Amino acid sequence: MSFLTTVARSATRAARPATRAVPAASLSLAARGVHTLPKLDYAYDALEPHISRKIMELHHSKHHQAYVNGLNAAEEAYAKTAAPKEQIKLQSALKFNGGGHINHSLFWKNLAPQSQGGGELTSGPLKDAIVADFGSVDAFKKKMNTVTAAIQGSGWGWLGYNPETKKLEIATTPNQDPLLSHVPIIGIDIWEHAFYLQYHNVKADYLTAIWNVVNFKEAERRFLEAAKSA
Amino acid sequence: MSFLTTVARSATRAARPATRAVPAASLSLAARGVHTLPKLDYAYDALEPHISRKIMELHHSKHHQAYVNGLNAAEEAYAKAAAPKEQIKLQSALKFNGGGHINHSLFWKNLAPQSQGGGEIKSGPLKDAIVADFGSVDAFKKKMNTVTAAIQGSGWGWLGYNPETKKLEIATTPNQDPLLSHIPIIGIDIWEHAFYLQYHNVKADYLTAIWNVINFKEAEHRFVEAAKSA
Repeated sequence: MSFLTTVARSATRAARPATRAVPAASLSLAARGVHTLPKLDYAYDALEPHISRKIMELHHSKHHQAYVNGLNAAEEAYAKTAAPKEQIKLQSALKFNGGGHINHSLFWKNLAPQSQGGGELTSGPLKDAIVADFGSVDAFKKKMNTVTAAIQGSGWGWLGYNPETKKLEIATTPNQDPLLSHVPIIGIDIWEHAFYLQYHNVKADYLTAIWNVVNFKEAERRFLEAAKSA
Repeated sequence: MSFLTTVARSATRAARPATRAVPAASLSLAARGVHTLPKLDYAYDALEPHISRKIMELHHSKHHQAYVNGLNAAEEAYAKAAAPKEQIKLQSALKFNGGGHINHSLFWKNLAPQSQGGGEIKSGPLKDAIVADFGSVDAFKKKMNTVTAAIQGSGWGWLGYNPETKKLEIATTPNQDPLLSHIPIIGIDIWEHAFYLQYHNVKADYLTAIWNVINFKEAEHRFVEAAKSA
């Protein structure tokens, strides 16, 4: 079995312990990997009817879990290898699984049930910046949806803060590439697993619905942090 | 509305007539686009239980149809584009929709219900070549599934004929990129829309099941053609 196949297969198994500077003898059989699946702040059915319970359950407990497992396996393999060639071979597993873990962790936090304020953008610095940079909140949502729907394949649509222009901008990343050019403010998963069970091929309907559960409070928190540090 | 948005939106409408060398006055209102959705050689439910009727219906009548519409719109816009810059802007729409049309057209033909021989590889030149190049038919299927499952994002797994080595090889293409390095013999769609409604996140089960409906007769026809012309 090739090196890379080992890493790929590990992604489907339970997380393995990191072994960087830890003697093998001290690793317990139940030792956890470095990365773990974050808990959601709401129940799987809390985003209904906008995102179904079944989607949330599969998306979190299967898809995101697989990225966590894959990241732990890739990091473990990386720690064992000294040669640049072997490290470079592992880059795509690290990017794919690491990006998947980063992106989904951001995603769960920037969603919220309406009972927790999801969908509501109250007056404040984020709303002011959106109006300043897009003309209106509706114009921003429309542009975000158009750009996200136009992604050719799997990927993510982002509202990001550009630390150079100090403006909010729409960006996209393919597959599980993390957003690096901007500070992520809101991410929208447009991989088919994010909507297909409920919306089938009509991704425009998913993109319309999701605005009912976007967590603008979290988005504003990220924006304030970004504007401070940039 | 930007040029590219126009092309993208056209993809969701009915096919439009090509306008290359045809005077506007002679275009009937019902004129068809150059490309059309090919009919399947079997009913939507014919591949059950391996690929569900619902998947086949959505995949063919919605997803593939959208690529046909998008290709026609992109070609129409390309014909009107005056400058290289405008033509280059249209390349990604042509590749995505053109590739989607090519890939899915190949896909429907390399599937067949078991009543039409799907799943059965008879003794003959294709079987001989598979055994020569992979060791056994089972080893070939296993490798094809491993490689296809490892695609990071959307894409296709291919059995392809390499005209230089004159060997059968496994290849992949991302998103809707067509297979250019090899002559396509068997294509497997691993975009989530191809399996998610039925198999959810367990793409390995889809990849196991699909071999029951692979049209090896069509594959052999392609192989014999490829070996002749290369």
